[in-house]
Amino acid sequence: MSEVSRRDVLRRLAGLGTLLASGGLGDPPPAVAQADPVLAGRPLVRYPEKTDLILLTSRPPQLETPMKYFDRAITPNEAFFVRYHVFPIPLEVDLATWRLRVTGQVDRPLALSLDDLKTKFPRAAVTAVNQCSGNSRGRFAPRVLGGQWGDGAMGNAEWVGARLKDILAAAGLRQGAVQATFDGLDKPAFPAVPDFVKSLDIARIMDDPDVLVAYQMNGAPLPMLNGYPARLIVPGWYATYWVKNLSEIEVVDHAFEKFWMKPAYRIPDTACGCVAPGTAPARTVPIHRMTVRSFIAAPEPGTRLRANQATTLKGIAFDGGSGIREVQVSDDDGATWRQARLGTDLGRYSFREWSAAWTPSRPGPTRIMVRAVNAIGESQGREPLWNPAGYLRNVVERVDLRVE
Amino acid sequence: MRHSPALALFLVLIAATVATAADKTITMPADDTYAALRPGPGAETARQQCVACHSTDYIVMQPRGTAKQWESVVTKMVKVFGAPVSEQDAKTIVEYLATQYGSQ
Repeated sequence: MSEVSRRDVLRRLAGLGTLLASGGLGDPPPAVAQADPVLAGRPLVRYPEKTDLILLTSRPPQLETPMKYFDRAITPNEAFFVRYHVFPIPLEVDLATWRLRVTGQVDRPLALSLDDLKTKFPRAAVTAVNQCSGNSRGRFAPRVLGGQWGDGAMGNAEWVGARLKDILAAAGLRQGAVQATFDGLDKPAFPAVPDFVKSLDIARIMDDPDVLVAYQMNGAPLPMLNGYPARLIVPGWYATYWVKNLSEIEVVDHAFEKFWMKPAYRIPDTACGCVAPGTAPARTVPIHRMTVRSFIAAPEPGTRLRANQATTLKGIAFDGGSGIREVQVSDDDGATWRQARLGTDLGRYSFREWSAAWTPSRPGPTRIMVRAVNAIGESQGREPLWNPAGYLRNVVERVDLRVE
Repeated sequence: MRHSPALALFLVLIAATVATAADKTITMPADDTYAALRPGPGAETARQQCVACHSTDYIVMQPRGTAKQWESVVTKMVKVFGAPVSEQDAKTIVEYLATQYGSQ
């Protein structure tokens, strides 16, 4: 069976499922969360090595993880979100020819095979959140241009690989090395289109043993759409730096400022990374560390519950690497807050599970709110911050439920 | 489906050959059509020029914009992303977007 006819069959089966579920003809294709204005009308789609994810864009692909997967600390590989910048993206990798090249301001340029990465460097592991800079951009008001994500452009996995500092040390950094740049196998269709290349300071890399070139994700090879055969892991920092399908590292003697570092992926150079809504910042800096966030994954919005019947609120919290100290929930619009129970600590870069027993007391619409505090006292605001690119969102989150 | 056993074996062999040519191979679905462009003057020009680099959902998902805002988007595609779009086509596309996806 060809790929096309296989997809046809899958699509028809999916359609049949909808038909059976709705019991009617002429319904729209499977879509998600009609109640959520950002996600309304977006189809659930199945891409290679992926389960049903929410389609943001087809080409280059951007797929969003449904909120139901965030009731646990580890996001399954097949449910992990996808975001590419340029097209075409790599559709095949041959390990006999794939190499990670390390060039530029080094004494010994390297061309490492996947086997080299696995055998020539100590194995390192870190559990870390990978979140798109623009996660939740669709909720900005006033609205801003860019990928109109809901809240599912994030995931958490255990990454295993070689430390980037060990790789650079093996190449031998020359005096005057300032930054390293990172390029993957995704290459634009037209030469004029800026290739997706990112950079990190050498000092940041050499000081941080958790920055990895990962070849394993949750115990398995990476899915192609998450960066097979290897990707950069920059714990605590937004996903824009986590270059996928990594193929080239170049050590440079200056601050690299091509398109995807400047003017793209910049935040206002203010303490909050924000400006007054609708205004332009005077100065910008590259986006970097993630803000504190927490989400309620269960019950789902709109769930009907019985008064005086106990239920469990569940979700995850994370930040930019200080670690989550506390998660609090409120059922009275934020007038009072109480502490949720934290799950197993998988490290300061990981999602932290939380749960709270809750018994609704009276019938009617009820709003549950959640906020987290990290180890250095940073938390989430009642009012969302704003910047023109739609980054850093970390407002107190909520779900609306119905008690009967 | 009624294929002969010989044909089935042939297809399996083809599949095996493809699978061993690389360690990982994926096939991407065609562009999804949930975000087809609205009909109107300039729609075909917009579709042809824009889909050279990206699917139409990139357009449809954006906030509604003024003609000036859409012009800055199209200019960015040409000047920054190097889209090979003629001046006349760029003008047609801006007018189409401002009409069909305009905020005023």
